[in-house]
Amino acid sequence: MNMTVKQISVFIENKPGTMVSITDALGTAGIDIRAMSLADTQDFGILRLIVSDTEKARAALASIGCVTSVTDVIAAVLPDTPGAMSGMVRLLAKNNINIEYMYAFISNTDKKAYIVLRIKDTDTAVKVLTDAGFSLAKSIN
Amino acid sequence: MKAPKTHNIYSPEYECMSRDALRELQNERLRRVVKHEYDNVAIYRERMDAKGIKPEDIKTVDDLRYLPFTNKTDLRDTFPFGLLAVPKRDIVRIQGSSGTTGKPIVSGYTENDVEVWTEMVARAIVAAGGGKDDIVQVCYGYGLFTGGLGAHQGATRIGAMTVPMSSGNTQRQILMMKELGSTMLCCTPSYAIYIGETVRDMGLDPKKDLRLKSGCFGAEPWTEEMRQRLEELLDIDACDIYGLTEIAGPGVSFECLEKKGMHVNEDHVIPEIIDPVTEEPLPYGTAGELVFTTITKEGMPMLRYRTHDICVLHDEPCACGRTTVRMGRITGRTDDMLVIRGVNVFPSQIESVLVSVKGVSPFYMLIVDRVHSTDSLEVQVEIEENSFSDTVSALENIRNEISEKVKSVVGISAKITLVSPKSLPRSEGKAKRVIDNRKL
Repeated sequence: MNMTVKQISVFIENKPGTMVSITDALGTAGIDIRAMSLADTQDFGILRLIVSDTEKARAALASIGCVTSVTDVIAAVLPDTPGAMSGMVRLLAKNNINIEYMYAFISNTDKKAYIVLRIKDTDTAVKVLTDAGFSLAKSIN
Repeated sequence: MKAPKTHNIYSPEYECMSRDALRELQNERLRRVVKHEYDNVAIYRERMDAKGIKPEDIKTVDDLRYLPFTNKTDLRDTFPFGLLAVPKRDIVRIQGSSGTTGKPIVSGYTENDVEVWTEMVARAIVAAGGGKDDIVQVCYGYGLFTGGLGAHQGATRIGAMTVPMSSGNTQRQILMMKELGSTMLCCTPSYAIYIGETVRDMGLDPKKDLRLKSGCFGAEPWTEEMRQRLEELLDIDACDIYGLTEIAGPGVSFECLEKKGMHVNEDHVIPEIIDPVTEEPLPYGTAGELVFTTITKEGMPMLRYRTHDICVLHDEPCACGRTTVRMGRITGRTDDMLVIRGVNVFPSQIESVLVSVKGVSPFYMLIVDRVHSTDSLEVQVEIEENSFSDTVSALENIRNEISEKVKSVVGISAKITLVSPKSLPRSEGKAKRVIDNRKL
């Protein structure tokens, strides 16, 4: 069973106005952004998005000339309490699993914390986390 | 301190020769070199045969126009030894520069060729006011590039105290300049300006703390405005020097302290100006492409080598007493070569790097600028759609790969900027690949 969610990554040049055109395109296409993070270097950035409709969002971004790619990421659902996150990353570390990047958000609907994890060997991480009783989201609403 | 304008001619017997005697000397040397090339270098023989010309048809400098041209591509295509006119064992030195597509070009020098080149630079340093009592700091790069060793040999020849600093480490350059009391500087004009600015930043006063009086500055095009700035910053006389590896190296021509154009060492090379399109010779005073024929070189002589540099030749006598023809400043190129920090860069070299790197398209733009007197090169290149992933490291790897390859192929470091696919301008016909923001 698929225990991951789809994330869109967008290549962006580091200059004013880039984010405007991206968010405009998504807004016009009626796409809701559930979560996002921006990795930046000096000259370019990678915008990572989890959206309501991945394929529609890709099409909207392609229409304005954006390069995108889709990646499976793990979205672990944690209680919004102190120490919850520590337990999860400790478990990954103990299993020698490296986190490429991560970001977090709190859902409005269920008041839970979602930790989005990008891990090279997603399958192993999914197994380790689910075996330890962590719940992983199949989609984010 | 400025350099006094006396006793500034190293070889008056040649530099101040009457034009008639010089022409006789050139005729004789030209006949000899044409025969030497025809007898020893296959491509010269083939090309002359194809045009139906025998060495004995070339009797005087006026007959030069019948000879075929030599191009940089000939050096590349015959790399490394195909144009040698003497056995390899007679070559005592190799110098080189970057070629047009990543493969370097080299030139082989016999003992006498090194000797001639040394004398040409010696003349240049003397013309800039140098002599036995001088301390000449050489901050051109040493190595295959002819700048460092060329200036070094010339300075040593005139008996000056020669300081082989090579380029870079500016604070240390200035410290040595101050402690040794260097009186002359040899480097690229932009680096000299940078040294001047750093001198000021360090709180030093060139008039009090330094003993510099003049210098020979070349290996890149520059302007009168740059000369003024350089002379003010360091309180010196700044003389232009010109050269290219294919012909000898720096010293092919040089300015005297009159600073009214560069005297061509006409007893060793014959300059011509041609129309780059019709390839017909143009009279003195008309701007066109500079072409050189070497008449004393043994190892790798060049017949009608096309420099692709645009300039004007003048034959009015100079106040310094030299009778040699003078070259005006290089005002442009007839090809797309760029000179960045004294290094020759062809867009085709960058292109050859980009096609070898996975994940980027061959669409690119070179942006050249000069910030704080230092040239910078930025390579903007489009990433390929299918190479894009979600991690920064994948893109950084692409960027590092390009950066390392550019450095190894071209010889200078460049800033690599990845841009979105299809974001760089497309054009029908000849693509515009270079934006040069330097004010020259």
